[in-house]
Amino acid sequence: MLSEEIKREIEAEMHHYPRKQGVCIEALKIVQRHRAWVSDESLRELAEFLEMTPAELDSVATFYNKIFRRPVGRNVIFICDSVSCWIMGYDRVREGVTKLLGIRLGETSADGRFTLLPNVCLGACDHAPVLMINDDTHLDVEPAKMESLLEEYK
Amino acid sequence: MAGGYASLRRVVREMTPQAVTALIKDSNLKGRGGAGFPTGMKWSFVPMGDDATHPKYLIANADEMEPGTFKDRLLLEGDPHQLIEGMIVGAYAIQADVTYIFLRWAYRLAAERLQRAIAEAYANNYLGRNICGSDFSLEMYLHVSAGRYMCGEETGLLNALEGKRATPRAKPPFPAVSGLWGKPTVVNNVETLCNVPHIVNHGAEWFKSLSHTGEGGTKIYGVSGKVKRPGAWELPLGTTVRELLEEHAGGVRDGLKFRGVIPGGASTEFLLEQHLDVKMDFESVQKAGSRLGTGTMIVMDDKTCPVGLVLNLERFFAQESCGWCTPCREGLPWTAKVLQAIENGDGQPIDMQRLALHTKLLGPGHTFCALAPGAMEPLQSALNYFRDDFERHIRERRCPWK
Repeated sequence: MLSEEIKREIEAEMHHYPRKQGVCIEALKIVQRHRAWVSDESLRELAEFLEMTPAELDSVATFYNKIFRRPVGRNVIFICDSVSCWIMGYDRVREGVTKLLGIRLGETSADGRFTLLPNVCLGACDHAPVLMINDDTHLDVEPAKMESLLEEYK
Repeated sequence: MAGGYASLRRVVREMTPQAVTALIKDSNLKGRGGAGFPTGMKWSFVPMGDDATHPKYLIANADEMEPGTFKDRLLLEGDPHQLIEGMIVGAYAIQADVTYIFLRWAYRLAAERLQRAIAEAYANNYLGRNICGSDFSLEMYLHVSAGRYMCGEETGLLNALEGKRATPRAKPPFPAVSGLWGKPTVVNNVETLCNVPHIVNHGAEWFKSLSHTGEGGTKIYGVSGKVKRPGAWELPLGTTVRELLEEHAGGVRDGLKFRGVIPGGASTEFLLEQHLDVKMDFESVQKAGSRLGTGTMIVMDDKTCPVGLVLNLERFFAQESCGWCTPCREGLPWTAKVLQAIENGDGQPIDMQRLALHTKLLGPGHTFCALAPGAMEPLQSALNYFRDDFERHIRERRCPWK
């Protein structure tokens, strides 16, 4: 069951759109904020609330990069792999993180602390290489300082 | 904030909507999102008058996702009210009822500041009912996207805002007539809209006089890659590649040599040393065989492998293809695979023809939107300018840069 709080948050956004379906991306984000990811069960509950079919809602959920249809760790690392970061040392950053965490891109650490995902250009190319951890943008990332950077995220 | 919303007070009190559109037309403001379409002309396509369809919409495209582009972030984080003011003036010109800011999820600071600025604008009656005591009313909402390059495409953005997959729509009908939920809609880039208040305040002639060439105004240019001072600067439109690269970005780092530049985001063709004196405006860059695009350039130095760089670009485009039309969905992964093979040392001489063929098959006229043709621009210019480097990979069966 969607909690009253989730429903209230979705309803607060609904008036921004003339049709109920318009809010579905925002609604997926709200559900994900509360539950970390969008499970099949969450998807069915939300589809019913928005008067959509689960398949219809899933076609939207699976299209957008930031909607997680699989479980993620407590913290999600998004490494920019686009061109400016690639020139400035994306490979070294990726190798550094994967070695530290013992996971590859797309995987979650065994302790559930980190999920590592590639991401397209984060729009801070004058400070490449760049990555985001959750909502925080980290600029001019140096592989040598990665360990202390990750320390902040428990 | 000195002068804040002066242009808005002026247009709602002293100017007809048609006069605002005429002013923007006269200023020669061209879209700063990449395509360079004249803004005033775009606005003039919207049906006006008592029998026009309502609600009408104006959308700020703040989905900045073109790789190598980081200019709108500065405007969004630095002065959200400038954008909001430009949007309200634009909305008045087309007599819109509702405006949306379509923002990419990664710009968290921008989202916070925009949300606060929108609330401030409502509190001061710059938004809402009877703006500044006039008959004009307008609502504004912030939509934070869930992330996909296709959302930056005008009609893909409309579908995303309607809560659908961001696939492109067939044109015509054009959004100005049938856009968001089938209603008249204008989509403008952030930087474009930020110019609008200043044109209203200072006039079309003033705006035109700001540029080095016949195309009016300034441009936020950016430089990234291995240069001494990467960054972004607002400069007269028509500033040369050389001035940007050498004066503002400080030139390539010591020990490196300049080989080329992608002038306007990932989907533009390379320019070389011989193009350094090209003026970065729409017409001049086109004459040099590329596009101004977003005006944020990516510098390639001699220690960076051109094949690896183009592979990076094509993998991006292949991943971000929405899958709606076949040439893009099938052609881009194939292109990326061929490039990967060459980079790995598994390329064959015939791969050069295969890549060249794809630049034709995925070019303009074969696809639903501009994603695949855009993806082919850096590739076809790389095949032209860096052919020796591709052939060396194939001949030596390795990447000479590794």
